[in-house]
Amino acid sequence: MSEMNRRDALQQLLAVPAGMMIAPEVVERAAAHVEAALAPVAAEASAETQAAQPAARAAYSPKQFTTDEWRLLRVLVDYVIPRDARSGSATDAGVPEFMDFMLGEYASMRTWMKNGLGWMNAECRARFGRGFVSCTDAQRRVVLDAIAYPKKAAPEMKPGVDFFNNLRNLTASGFWSSRVGVRDLGYSGNVPVGKWEGTPPQVMAWLKRA
Amino acid sequence: MTQSRSTTYDVAIVGSGAGGGMAAYQLTKAGAKVVMLEAGSWWDNADPRYSAMLKMPYDSPRRGASTPDRPFGEWDACIGGWTIPGEPYTKAEGTKFDWWRGRMLGGRTNHWGRISLRFGPDDFRRKTLDGMGDDWPISYDDIKPWYDEVDRLIGIFGSLENLPNDPDGIFHPAPAPRYYEHLVKDTCDRMKVTCIPARLSVITKPLNGRSPCHYCGQCNRGCMTNSNFSSPNVLIFPAMKTGNLTLITDAMAREVFTGPDGRATGVAYVDKKTGEDREVQARIVVLAASALESARLLLNSRSSRHPNGLANASGVVGRYITDTTGTDVAGFIPRLVDVPRHNADGVGGGHIYMPWWLDNRKLDFPRGYHIEVWGGLGMPSYGFMGGIQSYPEGGGYGADLKQQYRTYWGATVGFSGRGEMIPNDKSFVEIDPAVKDRFGIPVLRVHWEWRDSEYLQVKHMQETFRAIIAEMGGEVWSAMPTKEQGYGIANGGAIIHELGGVRMGRSDRASALNANCQAWDCDNLFVADGGPFVSQADKNPTWTILALSMRTSDHIIRQRRAGAL
Repeated sequence: MSEMNRRDALQQLLAVPAGMMIAPEVVERAAAHVEAALAPVAAEASAETQAAQPAARAAYSPKQFTTDEWRLLRVLVDYVIPRDARSGSATDAGVPEFMDFMLGEYASMRTWMKNGLGWMNAECRARFGRGFVSCTDAQRRVVLDAIAYPKKAAPEMKPGVDFFNNLRNLTASGFWSSRVGVRDLGYSGNVPVGKWEGTPPQVMAWLKRA
Repeated sequence: MTQSRSTTYDVAIVGSGAGGGMAAYQLTKAGAKVVMLEAGSWWDNADPRYSAMLKMPYDSPRRGASTPDRPFGEWDACIGGWTIPGEPYTKAEGTKFDWWRGRMLGGRTNHWGRISLRFGPDDFRRKTLDGMGDDWPISYDDIKPWYDEVDRLIGIFGSLENLPNDPDGIFHPAPAPRYYEHLVKDTCDRMKVTCIPARLSVITKPLNGRSPCHYCGQCNRGCMTNSNFSSPNVLIFPAMKTGNLTLITDAMAREVFTGPDGRATGVAYVDKKTGEDREVQARIVVLAASALESARLLLNSRSSRHPNGLANASGVVGRYITDTTGTDVAGFIPRLVDVPRHNADGVGGGHIYMPWWLDNRKLDFPRGYHIEVWGGLGMPSYGFMGGIQSYPEGGGYGADLKQQYRTYWGATVGFSGRGEMIPNDKSFVEIDPAVKDRFGIPVLRVHWEWRDSEYLQVKHMQETFRAIIAEMGGEVWSAMPTKEQGYGIANGGAIIHELGGVRMGRSDRASALNANCQAWDCDNLFVADGGPFVSQADKNPTWTILALSMRTSDHIIRQRRAGAL
């Protein structure tokens, strides 16, 4: 698409208010996610992500995690948010790198994360004689099932439950605020619209359903 | 921005927020030479180097999480926060109080939710009506012309409702409700809870060269198109264009100087960039540093003529302070699960609200509150759907969990009560005799106490919000807070509506300022922030700060033209 056509399409899509005193580049940058959100989710999109990721990620060296911790973390976050038909996994979305940054910024996160990763390995060793990464998928799920449902968890699992609550929250923060996550959710706001039309008719109809 | 030491300005204004910005606008337009001191730095929300408008969460590795000088998130326009390095305040034993201070051009107008409510006729005469607190020395009719003028100048959307104590203004059209707001509105109609379009200082038509709102939902980041109100772009920059305003940023005011006759001569300040002590001289001084900072400045301005501090012959400076009461309840609304995706951002705030709708004579607490509503399909950022283990599946991981996030996004609705506190003699500020800030300026010590009038009101909020959520078919996961938990009342100061401390009144024995916000014991000193307020009302204070400041400025102009001052 030529630059002018693209811009026309974008203008139409967004109905940028006439005379809005703002640089077009700012609007276009903001609008990119709306184009993505409104496009149908296609399998090739996640395939593309998949292909692009390993090479891009290979060079990354974490600042806040040891090599072993990093391996464990990457396995763990994909148990929290795996790839599915609609979008990529937590690692596809760069969640471990996001966590690496955040741990460098927020000391309290460093504490629960490091303690929690240690707890996971210790629990796996106590149950199966090896660390989480070396466990089978079934063994890993035994431990995850024991900590992922706070109301059902045994009292002695509390350190694991607390860790997993934090890890799940941070994984969700990193995943759903990434390009992959925003697109998956279909978030189409944060963009200039010329006229506020209120709630669309099809949503009103849905609201009024029996 | 240097000026010779001998320059004497017509007016020196301390603070650049709503009150200071309005005074600068009104006074410079009338031709006065004005100097403004601001403790923070330059800020221009129309400049993309400052505003983060339209940024996506993935544009930052932090994804919008807080930073030390931006507790409400890295892209929040307001620089400052609950703690400021080197600028402490102290609390009396047992006091719970949080003090949000802005340190930037425009102050806390960069922070607020733009909820712009006029006080009603009853709000100015509460003592007459129920015997508690005090009446203002002015009535609604006295201030109404300035509310009108603020509406015309700054712009506000709303709807004409003809409610007795929530006066209508000169409104732009209000935006239609979002999906969950329709559900709330229908529910409240059934329950006979008044629910009407919000009243926010966001323009929905062009106004005075400013573009109407483009509904990106990010008012709090600083609007690049000036479609909402913040002091710099709506008041201070137009004031600068008159050529009559000298702005000095990074200037921390220390005290107001007075002459041998007891009248104000200027303001001493610290140049934060160099640490040097400086002074501006002026014929008139207007304090608009925020209710508590203005009280602090006055208490720190002692002289032989003003041994208890300036404007404090009555001893009331620092007294009669209030904050809005507050508590919040959120509910999970199964009916909103799997809401069809659409852009539900709208303006940066609620499109509906509930003004106080009951008669306190039939209740066990004396004053009212309004309700703010939140929810929707907002931009996913740091903190997105934290605590998913509270939802019906009880947590989990994997594909099922991933689907929960999609399904439950947008199915939570929250309610915040914002109510009127009655001033009491246990809630006040004074100068801490031992502690100084990094500039050597003595700091405030805060005393705070809620009374049953506040606790029982907040209890009513909790019960009401839980009833509305139940009527919507929803569930609340938090237990009703107990009496021992203060029914969930927020700390004093936490709602960031501190008022009073330099109150106006009819008598120089019971107030610091007269009905024109002019100090009883120093006729060329005025206060133009939340300090002069006599009562809190169940309304957000900014619109009244603006109207009062404009009225005070017009009084100064009239007096000057008449040869006084």
